[in-house]
Amino acid sequence: MSELAGISSALLYAAFILYLVGTFLFGGSIRQKGLRDGDQLNRWGKLAITVTIIGFIAQLGYFITRWAAAGHAPVSNLFEFTTFFGMMVIGAFILIFFIYKTAVLGLFALPIAIIIIAYASMFPREISPLIPALQSDWLHIHVTTAAAGQGILAISFIAGIIYLVKNIDQSISTKKTKWLEAVMFLIVSVVGFILITTGFALSDYKAEFEYVNKEDAAAVQEFNVPALVGPNEGVLITDGKMNPIVEMPAFINAKKLNTVLWSLGAGVILYVLIRLITRKRVAALLQPLVRNVSSDLLDEISYRSVLIGFPVFTLGALIFAMIWAQIAWTRFWGWDPKEVWALITFLFYAAFLHLRLSKGWHGERSAWLAVIGFGIIMFNLVAVNLVIAGLHSYA
Amino acid sequence: MDKKKKRLYMRTAILAILAGLVVYTLYTNLTRESRGNLEAGDQAPDFVLTDLDGEQHRLSDYEGKGVFLNFWGTWCEPCKKEMPYMEKLAKEYEGQVEVLAVNVGESNFQVKNFAEQYGLTFPIAIDKGKEVQETYGINPLPTTFMILPDGTIDQIVTAGLTEEQIRALFESVKPSS
Amino acid sequence: MGKVKCECGHVNPRGTILCESCGRALTEEAKKENLVDMRYEGSARRSQTYNKTIIDKVWNFFSSVKVGIWIIVLILVAASFGTILPQEFYIPSNIPAETYYEDVYGTFGKFYYMIGFHDLYNSVWFIALIAALGVSLVIASLDRVIPLYRALKTQRVDRHESFMKKQRLFAEQKASLQASDLEKVREELKKKRYKIREENGALLAEKNRFTRWGPYVNHVGLIIFLFGAMLRSVQGMYIDELLWIREGETLQIPGTDGEYYVKNDGFTLENYKQGEDLEVFNEAIDRVGTVAKNYQTDAILYRDENNDLPGAEPELTEVLHDDIQVNQPMKFESFAVYQTSYRQDEMKAMHFALTNKETGEEFGEVVVDLFNQQETYDLGNGYKVELLGYYPDFDGFTKEGEPTSRSPLPNKPAFLFNMISPEKPDGEVSFVEIQNTMEPLGETMYKMKFKNLETRDVSALTIRKDLTLPILGIGGIIFMIGVIQGSYWNHRRIWIREKDGHIYIAGHTNKNWHGLKREIHAVLDGTAIPEPEDRQKD
Repeated sequence: MSELAGISSALLYAAFILYLVGTFLFGGSIRQKGLRDGDQLNRWGKLAITVTIIGFIAQLGYFITRWAAAGHAPVSNLFEFTTFFGMMVIGAFILIFFIYKTAVLGLFALPIAIIIIAYASMFPREISPLIPALQSDWLHIHVTTAAAGQGILAISFIAGIIYLVKNIDQSISTKKTKWLEAVMFLIVSVVGFILITTGFALSDYKAEFEYVNKEDAAAVQEFNVPALVGPNEGVLITDGKMNPIVEMPAFINAKKLNTVLWSLGAGVILYVLIRLITRKRVAALLQPLVRNVSSDLLDEISYRSVLIGFPVFTLGALIFAMIWAQIAWTRFWGWDPKEVWALITFLFYAAFLHLRLSKGWHGERSAWLAVIGFGIIMFNLVAVNLVIAGLHSYA
Repeated sequence: MDKKKKRLYMRTAILAILAGLVVYTLYTNLTRESRGNLEAGDQAPDFVLTDLDGEQHRLSDYEGKGVFLNFWGTWCEPCKKEMPYMEKLAKEYEGQVEVLAVNVGESNFQVKNFAEQYGLTFPIAIDKGKEVQETYGINPLPTTFMILPDGTIDQIVTAGLTEEQIRALFESVKPSS
Repeated sequence: MGKVKCECGHVNPRGTILCESCGRALTEEAKKENLVDMRYEGSARRSQTYNKTIIDKVWNFFSSVKVGIWIIVLILVAASFGTILPQEFYIPSNIPAETYYEDVYGTFGKFYYMIGFHDLYNSVWFIALIAALGVSLVIASLDRVIPLYRALKTQRVDRHESFMKKQRLFAEQKASLQASDLEKVREELKKKRYKIREENGALLAEKNRFTRWGPYVNHVGLIIFLFGAMLRSVQGMYIDELLWIREGETLQIPGTDGEYYVKNDGFTLENYKQGEDLEVFNEAIDRVGTVAKNYQTDAILYRDENNDLPGAEPELTEVLHDDIQVNQPMKFESFAVYQTSYRQDEMKAMHFALTNKETGEEFGEVVVDLFNQQETYDLGNGYKVELLGYYPDFDGFTKEGEPTSRSPLPNKPAFLFNMISPEKPDGEVSFVEIQNTMEPLGETMYKMKFKNLETRDVSALTIRKDLTLPILGIGGIIFMIGVIQGSYWNHRRIWIREKDGHIYIAGHTNKNWHGLKREIHAVLDGTAIPEPEDRQKD
């Protein structure tokens, strides 16, 4: 059994490497524009998509072997779900790639998926048994469909961000360049989070605190990065580790806030370094990569992804979710934060479609909306699981 | 112009239906809390319970008399306080107002012990299955329902009572003749 | 009512932008545009035609997509506020909300509670917003689907060239149509499953018109869903009750009007165990400690054949036996009974031994059932124990020295015993609570020695009936059909026509222009018909 689990992790690792290789290959192929029928992909492009597909198959192998090892689909905790979401981004990219044959999409989609998978592996990776609430076939049905929908919607974000990188004038500083930089900064911060977490994990940093939790009871919390902010009435009980600078009130989870602060800090350092070394905005750095692609095509890809992804998302994240909630939690809807944010995502994309269909919002405005939509999805994945505790916080 | 009028009627009708549904939704939502709870003026739901002496009491048997229906528990302090007044007044108003004390489901031993300790002579029944409490929506103890001779609820009191208060309540439900 | 008559002779409703039949522009603005706005085929949106009475104004307000989008955005933003702090129904039920929010979240919590966000989703204004969305869905859909249907039904094959010229995909060439070319195009279009109509030397190829109804179908689904949600507040449609039931107890199921009873025949809590369960779980179990595997109530469902008044002795017949687990509710009629919660090890009975303090000799065991005590426990040979008082949740003594109980639950049981023995035929009084004995009337010769404790679990079952579920289900299915219908197909039309020695070709799709372009490219390949250009390039 554990042999199977070993194979599984090896396959995930292989997929990760293949996606990295794929990214570089897509980088080599971007001189070619979006293709029309009859045209051929250039050699780089063919190689790139082949490597990506092999990577996807490897990750599928990870998924299946882990399923076999655990006896349930590996979508039951934050690591497994986020990894699966990364896989769905790749899957959606492959689907869209075969419709539009746009290499530059891969150049952005693969790194995003890589970051998502790397982010996933920051959470406990062991195979966990299912608690009673999760013991249902609806776990597989609901979670995989929702993740597939989110993956397809992520492609809309990727096409949107390429559109913005391409079309926002980088010769002057405007509100638009600033907002786009804010998006870039957030992506850099996620990378910062991964680096910080991995760094301190490698050095095996552990600092334990005794503190008073929000139920007024004594509790212990282990920090895996040095505590900038400490828990309520926290006392450091591990020798020789850093004492917190500020103490938080009980209702704030100091450990999570601390990690957020470190990530943002690392993000700032990384971002400032990039700016200092290159003397350019991050988006301006990326701009030459996207010069050849047609804006109109990007707009269509972005819109098409929403059209494909929206029904899948609705089915998985709302309808299947409601059916399961009725069985497991006795009611199909209970205003749990995760449910609410799935509804918010649904409403947002509904507004997006109405703005596009009836108000003629396409091009840049539509691209911004695609970016915000993905922001909401990520908020639901990250913040709602980690910050706002609810029924869904299994990880 | 005829068509235009028709359209106006159509729109008015559709809007009226929609407005009706909206108002209904808001109304039911606002009254959600109190829905299903008994209120003064409602018919008191009938029930049947067996008292400590093994005698059956059906609420509807008391028609024609006022009923002081008291829900209580042995641990409840205000219940303990009002019991002696109830005992005293039950004797005074015998034949006019009946006291029926419903314990909320404790053991026979506890209830008997309590009744002996306080020298209670009015019928005391134990609602073992909590069915009567469920029907009457009992939450805090003591809760007293004052039931008129015609079987409707005159008042619901959810607090411990003094002798004077109990007397006033008895007066309000005793048959007029 | 004003009608607009087009040059082609077709009479259009007032407010029409493009003639329903031939496509000529009817308004000044539309004549000036380079590309026509094809959103609703240029039909007269009903709401725009009148604006006189209050009714019309209200109607027009809800008919507007802009208003609809605003309602969606407002709901979205409002809903997010409700997730900042936990809602009232998720906070511990033993603490009143008034104090909970301030105690735990400080001033912000107090403010959150004050403005009512602790119960945001049940607030009047939030429900009003949802209702507004429902109204908007009904009116906006009605207002658009009828004219659109008319326009698509009455469209002519030979559209006016001015209409074609203003299409996004368009080409014009001085030439005449070759019969062979036309034949080939027809072939190709048929292969691509276009429906072809020809009139007066003009060709209209159209496919997937049904996809245009997608949005209206999904709106119908949503309206049904919202209607179903509203029905929940109708008496009898919806029941939600919680029943705490001890092992061995048989209780009436609330919400069934006394018809059904349930017996808790045993509650099981199982955890994953290393060695028993899959080895791959060991690491996770080590890290977390314990992981629950199963919560289960073995339930027996009874029907009361003597469904009499509340309190009457039931006459139970067994209906069904079911193990209720999370994710596996017990179902009967329209009810479902769910495993919701539990409390382990509630005290059930205590065993004492009447013991001589000096010699330690025991003279029999007394088992006090905490839910049904006896007055006396006869041990034989002149030994007897009388129970003088029982205090399930002992809370100290009153000023008069009387023991009191905080609640009827056996959390901290205490007993007042009178121990009768051959030596003390009048008995000796002993007050016994857990790990403590008092002798209020002087020292005793005997004591009640604690021997054993029997416990049992209490299971919480949720009883649910929701007759709105089928309606919600139908709404959901219709919604999904509509969304898929509208999203996964495209309504495409290609017009080809020869007039005055010119070939005109135009194409339109409601979305996915690249697909249409590719399709037209394939259709025209190898013919002399010019390929239309995309005139909305950036």
